[in-house]
Amino acid sequence: MNNVITMDPGRVSVSPAARKLIEELRSAHGEIMFHLSGGCCDGSAPMCFQVGEFKLGGVDEKVGEIAGCEFWMDREQFRRWAHTKWMVDVVPGRGASFSLEAPLNKRFLIRSSLCAVPAATPP
Amino acid sequence: MSSAQVRPSTESGADSIRESSSFAAHLKTLAHTIPLRSRYENFIGGKWVAPQKGGYFDNISPTTGQVICKIARSQAEDIERAVDAAHAAAGAWGRTAVAERARVLNRVADRIEQYLPFLAAVETYDNGKPIRETNLADLPLTVDHFRYFASCVRAQEGSLGELDDDTVAYHFHEPLGVVGQIIPWNFPILMAAWKLAPALAAGNAVVIKPAEQTPMSLLVLAELVQDILPPGVLNIVNGFGLEAGKPLASNPRIAKIAFTGETTTGRLIMQYASENIIPVTLELGGKSPNIFFADVMRDDDEFVDKALEGFAMFALNQGEVCTCPSRALVQKSIYERFMERAVKRVETIRQGDPYEMSTQIGAQASNDQFEKILSYIDIGKKEGAKVLTGGTATKLPGDLAGGYYIKPTVFEGHNKMRVFQEEIFGPVVSVTVFDTPEQALEIANDTLYGLGAGIWTRDLNTAYRFGRGIQAGRVWTNCYHAYPAHAAFGGYKKSGIGRETHKMMLDHYQQTKNMLVSYGTKALGFF
Repeated sequence: MNNVITMDPGRVSVSPAARKLIEELRSAHGEIMFHLSGGCCDGSAPMCFQVGEFKLGGVDEKVGEIAGCEFWMDREQFRRWAHTKWMVDVVPGRGASFSLEAPLNKRFLIRSSLCAVPAATPP
Repeated sequence: MSSAQVRPSTESGADSIRESSSFAAHLKTLAHTIPLRSRYENFIGGKWVAPQKGGYFDNISPTTGQVICKIARSQAEDIERAVDAAHAAAGAWGRTAVAERARVLNRVADRIEQYLPFLAAVETYDNGKPIRETNLADLPLTVDHFRYFASCVRAQEGSLGELDDDTVAYHFHEPLGVVGQIIPWNFPILMAAWKLAPALAAGNAVVIKPAEQTPMSLLVLAELVQDILPPGVLNIVNGFGLEAGKPLASNPRIAKIAFTGETTTGRLIMQYASENIIPVTLELGGKSPNIFFADVMRDDDEFVDKALEGFAMFALNQGEVCTCPSRALVQKSIYERFMERAVKRVETIRQGDPYEMSTQIGAQASNDQFEKILSYIDIGKKEGAKVLTGGTATKLPGDLAGGYYIKPTVFEGHNKMRVFQEEIFGPVVSVTVFDTPEQALEIANDTLYGLGAGIWTRDLNTAYRFGRGIQAGRVWTNCYHAYPAHAAFGGYKKSGIGRETHKMMLDHYQQTKNMLVSYGTKALGFF
C-alpha cells in the first residue's frame, strides 16, 4: 500500500490508559492496527483489528501510529477531519462492533482538539 | 403467563443483577407479562441452548447503568449449531405454502400485539429509550411489519414471458435458503423486524445476532412466539463481533448477510461476503440535512408548528437514529425568527424517567455512546460552533443517577465543522444558514452519506425539484421520521447498499429462477 499521505507524526496520540490496553491486546492477539469508522451506531470511533483482518484499500490513508500500531482511515473522511488532531482514549463500555477490545468491556474513543480553524463557506 | 418478576438468580456472578425499581413498578401495571430471566441462552432450533464454551456477559440497562441479566457469549461453534438448525428447517419452510407462512407471520404479529406494553417496557429497559416511543413507535411498527410482509408474500407472483409461439420464460421467486442478519442497538426489536419479516415471508431460515449492548428484548420476544414459529426458522445467537459476528458473516453456509452499523464494520462484512460471493445489505448511517425554506413562515399557522416539531426531531430516540436530522439548514430571511422559536421548542423537550409516559427523551444506549457524544460536544465548541441550547449531560435522581442522559443540544456553525460532517448519534443538531436553493443543495449534498433528508416548504415545485436533487435514499417532504412498512428505506453514497422495508425486500431475500421452456418438438438444425 503506497499511499502518498500527509502524515503528521503528532496528529494521532494515545492516552496512557489506551496505550496500556493496546499493549494488552497486542500480547493477546499479536500485531494490531486501527481503522477509524464513520457512520451510524458505533461510527466515528476507532476500530482495532489484528493486522490483516481488515483489508485496507486505495481509498485509505495511514494517518499516524499509536503505541507502535498503524492508524488508518478513509481518505475522504480524513479530508473532513484534517483540521483536528486526535488522542485515542479508552472508556468503559463495549459498543457493538468487531473491535478487539469489546469483550473486555472497554471501548476506544477519540478525543479531538483543533490544529486549524475550518474554513467556512459563507452563505 | 401472568405476573411479572425477575427470577431469583442462582448462577454464579448473577447476584450482581439489580432490577430497576422504576421498571419493576411499571411492570406491575401491565396485564400481560412473562417472567424475565436472570440469564438468557441462545435460541437455536426452537430451544434455549447454552453456549458451548459456557461463557456469559453482563447486560446493562442504560437507564440505571446496572447489570440486568446475563447473556450467552457465543463463539464460532454456537454459530455453526445455529446454521445447522437453520439448514434443517429452511427446506420445509421454503416449500410451505405462502398462505401458511403468512398465517405464521400474522400470528407472530398478533402475539407481539397482545404483549405490546410488556415488550415496550423490556425494550426501554434494555435500550434506554422512553416508554412513550416503544409503546407508540417501536412495537406498533414491528407488529405492522410482520403483517405487511405476510400480505406482500401472498400477493407476490412470478412472471412468464411468451418468447415465441413455442417458447416461454418462467420466472419463479425462490428463497435464498439460510441468511445471516446482524442488527443494531438503536431499535433492537424494530430493526430485527425490518430484517426478519421479509426474510421469513420470503421462505428463508434466519440466524440473527442482536447487538451486544441490547441483546435482551429480542430474546424475550422469541420466548413469546416460540410456539408459533417452526423450530429452526428463527435462530438467535448472542455475542461479540469478532467472536460471533465474524463466524456468522463469513460463514460459507449462509446465502446472504444483512448488517446495520457503521462504515468500517460494513466494509468488513462486505469483505467476508466477498469470500463466499454472497449478497449484502448494508445500512451504515448518515448525516441527514433538514432544510427549512423561507416560505415555511409565510403564515403563522399549524404548518409552522409542524415544521418546528420537524426541527426538534433530532432528539427522537436520543438522536440514536441512522436518519437523525442532525444538520438543519435554515433560509437566511427567516433564520433569526425561526431559530428563536426552534430553540424554544427544543427547550420544552421533557427528559426524565424513561418509564414515565410524559418523558420524551431517555438515556443514551451505553456509556461509550454517552462519552462519544460528549467528546463531539467538546470538539464542536473547540471548532467555534455556538451552543444555542444544551451542551451538557443531565443527572437524574434516584436509581436513574447512574444512567446516561444528555440534554438536547443545538449548535450553530457551518458545514465544514466536524459536528456537521460526522454522525454523532446523540441528541445534537448542527444548524447553518443558506441564501439560495442552489446553496442549500450544495450544503445538503456536501457529506459522505446519503441516507435521509427533510424538506420543509409550502411550494410544491421547490419540494419536488429539491427532493430530486438531494442524494439521499429517503427524502421526507413536510414530514420527518415516519417509517411505514410500505416505503423503501436505504442509502446513497457511503450510507450503504440495498434497501429495507417495502415489498421490494421480498426480492432482496429471494433468488430468481428462470425456467426457459420449449414446447416445440423440432430440432433446431445446428448439429
